[in-house]
Amino acid sequence: MKLLVPVKRVIDYNVKPRVKADGTGVDLANVKMSMNPFDEIAVEEAIRLKEKGLATEIVAVSIGPAKAQETLRTALAMGADRAILVQTDADVEPLAVAKLLQKIVEEEQPQLVILGKQAIDDDSNQTGQMLGALLGWGQGTFASKVEVDGQAVSVTREVDGGLETVKLNLPAIVTTDLRLNEPRYASLPNIMKAKSKLLAQKTPEDYGVDIAPRLSILKVVEPSKRQAGVKVGSVDELIDKLRETGVVG
Amino acid sequence: MKTLVWVEHEEGQLKDATLSAVTAASKLGEVHLLVAGQNVGDVGAQAAKIAGVGKVHVADDAAFAHGLAENVAPLIAGLMDHHDAFLAPSTTTGKNIAPRVAALLDVMQISDILSVESDDTFTRPIYAGNAIATVKSSDSKKVITVRGTAFEKAAAEGGSAQVEAVSGTGDKGLSSFVGQEVAHSERPELTSANIIVSGGRALGSSEQFHALIDPLADKLGAAVGASRAAVDAGYAPNDYQVGQTGKIVAPGIYIAIGISGAIQHLAGMKDSKVIVAINKDEDAPIFQVADIGLVGDLFKIVPELTEKL
Ligand SMILES: Cc1cc2nc3c(=O)[nH]c(=O)nc-3n(C[C@H](O)[C@H](O)[C@H](O)COP(=O)(O)OP(=O)(O)OC[C@H]3O[C@@H](n4cnc5c(N)ncnc54)[C@H](O)[C@@H]3O)c2cc1C
Repeated sequence: MKLLVPVKRVIDYNVKPRVKADGTGVDLANVKMSMNPFDEIAVEEAIRLKEKGLATEIVAVSIGPAKAQETLRTALAMGADRAILVQTDADVEPLAVAKLLQKIVEEEQPQLVILGKQAIDDDSNQTGQMLGALLGWGQGTFASKVEVDGQAVSVTREVDGGLETVKLNLPAIVTTDLRLNEPRYASLPNIMKAKSKLLAQKTPEDYGVDIAPRLSILKVVEPSKRQAGVKVGSVDELIDKLRETGVVG
Repeated sequence: MKTLVWVEHEEGQLKDATLSAVTAASKLGEVHLLVAGQNVGDVGAQAAKIAGVGKVHVADDAAFAHGLAENVAPLIAGLMDHHDAFLAPSTTTGKNIAPRVAALLDVMQISDILSVESDDTFTRPIYAGNAIATVKSSDSKKVITVRGTAFEKAAAEGGSAQVEAVSGTGDKGLSSFVGQEVAHSERPELTSANIIVSGGRALGSSEQFHALIDPLADKLGAAVGASRAAVDAGYAPNDYQVGQTGKIVAPGIYIAIGISGAIQHLAGMKDSKVIVAINKDEDAPIFQVADIGLVGDLFKIVPELTEKL
C-alpha cells in the first residue's frame, strides 16, 4: 500500500507572529519556518505504518515556494521515500491545494492520504475534507488512532464530546490530531541519506489546476490587546477580587 | 440572501453552538436550518422555535445518524441549489462537514468567522489569533464556519418556523460509525460555561489534577479545561483542551492554574472577560494577559482557595 503525505512549510510554532505595519499580512521575513506540526505527525504515522509492514512506499508532497524543498527533505529524513514539490510563490488556498492533490492522487494511486488537520498559519482546517469530497473517498478527521485492517481503516477521532471511531473503506483520507503520535527527530545519517532521495519538481500548470484565489485579503490587523492586570498577594485578596467581578458569589 | 445553517444536536437535544451560527446567518439574510440525523423529529421541533428562523429542513435517515460527512455533505450540497450561504458552527462536526460541502460546490470556505462585514466580507483569526484578517469571497455561494464565542446566541424560544422533510442521497457506503467514548458530566459544558477552571502540566498527574481542579470547579459551578500539555500527559481527556487547536472559550472568568500561557493556549481563551492566573513563575507569559494574578505554589493556593470560597 502506498501512502501520500502532504506537508506545508509554515512559521515555526515557537515564533510569535507579527502583523506587518501596512496591514497586508504577517511578517515572515527572517522568521524561522518549519514543517507544520500536524504534518510532522502525519509523516510519523505514515512511517509507523510502513514499519509495521502495512505500507510499502511513502510519498511526501508540498505545494509552495522553492524553500519548501527543505520541508520535503525533513520528511525524507524522517523516513519518507520520495517527494514531489509543486512549486509556486502564490498563496495557494486549501481548495486549490485539494485540487492539486487530487491530480497527484490520480497519478500516484495511494491507498491512504494522511494530512495534518490544520496548518498553524491560516488555521483553515479544510484541505483533507476537501480532498475527500473531490476524490469521493471517506475521511477520518482529527485522528488520535489509525488502524489499517485489510480493505478498511478504523480511525479514532478527537471530537468535542470525547472520542469517536469510524471505519472507512480504502482508499481513504486521514487528518491528524495532536495525540496521534510523537514525531521522531531525523538522525544525522538519515538527514545525509535524504539528500539523495528523489525530489520531483512540478508546477501547478503541469497539473492543469487553476490556483487563482477565491478569497481576497482586504487587510490584516492585530487583535485588540489585553492589558495586564493586578497581582494579588494572598488567596484572601484573590477571593475579594473574584467577588468584585460579580460572577463569583 | 437565503442561508442554510447546520443544526448541531446530540441525543435529541439541540446544542447551543447552533444559536451563534443562527445569529451570524441572520446578518446575511433569511435563515433556514437543516436538522440531519435519525429520529430527529424532536430536534426539528426545537429548531423551529429558534427566534428568527424561516424554515427548518429535517432529513431523517439512518445514513445521517452520526453526522457522517460522506453522507451529509451531498445532502447539503443538494439543498444549496436553493440557498446562497451554508453556515456551520466551528464544532468538530461543523469542521468535519463544511469543507466537504465547499469542495462539492467548488467554493473556498471561510473558516471560523468572527464577524460579518457585508454579504461577501468577513473577519477571521489566523496565526493562532495573533492576526485578524478581513477576507472578501468572490464565490457565488458562501460556505462558512462560525466561531461560537464571537456571536451572541439567538433566542432559543419565540420562533415558529415551518418544518419540511427533505431527503438526501442516503448512505454513500464510504464510512460507518463504530462507536464513541463520550464522558457525561454534571458540570457545565466548556464552550458555554460562565466560569472555567483550567489546569496545566504543573498538576503533575491525573490524580492531582482531579484532586485539585475538580473540587474548585465544583465549588464555583465551573467547567474544567486543560492545556495541551496536561492532555498529552493524560491528566485530562482530550475534550478538555483549550487553545488554537482545541476548544475556543470566552467565559466570564477563566482561571488558569499551572499553565504557562503559550500562544497556542492563549488563542483559545484570551477573549475571556476576566482571566485569573495562578503560577509559581512571576514571569510566566500568562500574567501578560491575566486580570488577576497570584504568584505561588498551586499545591498550596488551590486547596486554600477551594476551602475559603
Ligand atoms: C501544533 C500545536 C498546537 C498546539 N495547540 C495547543 C492548544 O490548543 N492548547 C494548548 O494549551 N496548547 C497547545 N499547544 C502546546 C503549547 O505550545 C504549550 O506547549 C502548552 O500550552 C503548554 O502547556 P502548560 O502551560 O500546561 O505547560 P508548561 O508550558 O510546561 O507550563 C507549566 C506552568 O506551570 C507552572 N508551574 C509549575 N509548577 C507549579 C506549581 N507548583 N505551582 C504553580 N505553577 C507551577 C510553571 O511555572 C509553568 O508556567 C500546541 C502546540 C503545537 C505545536
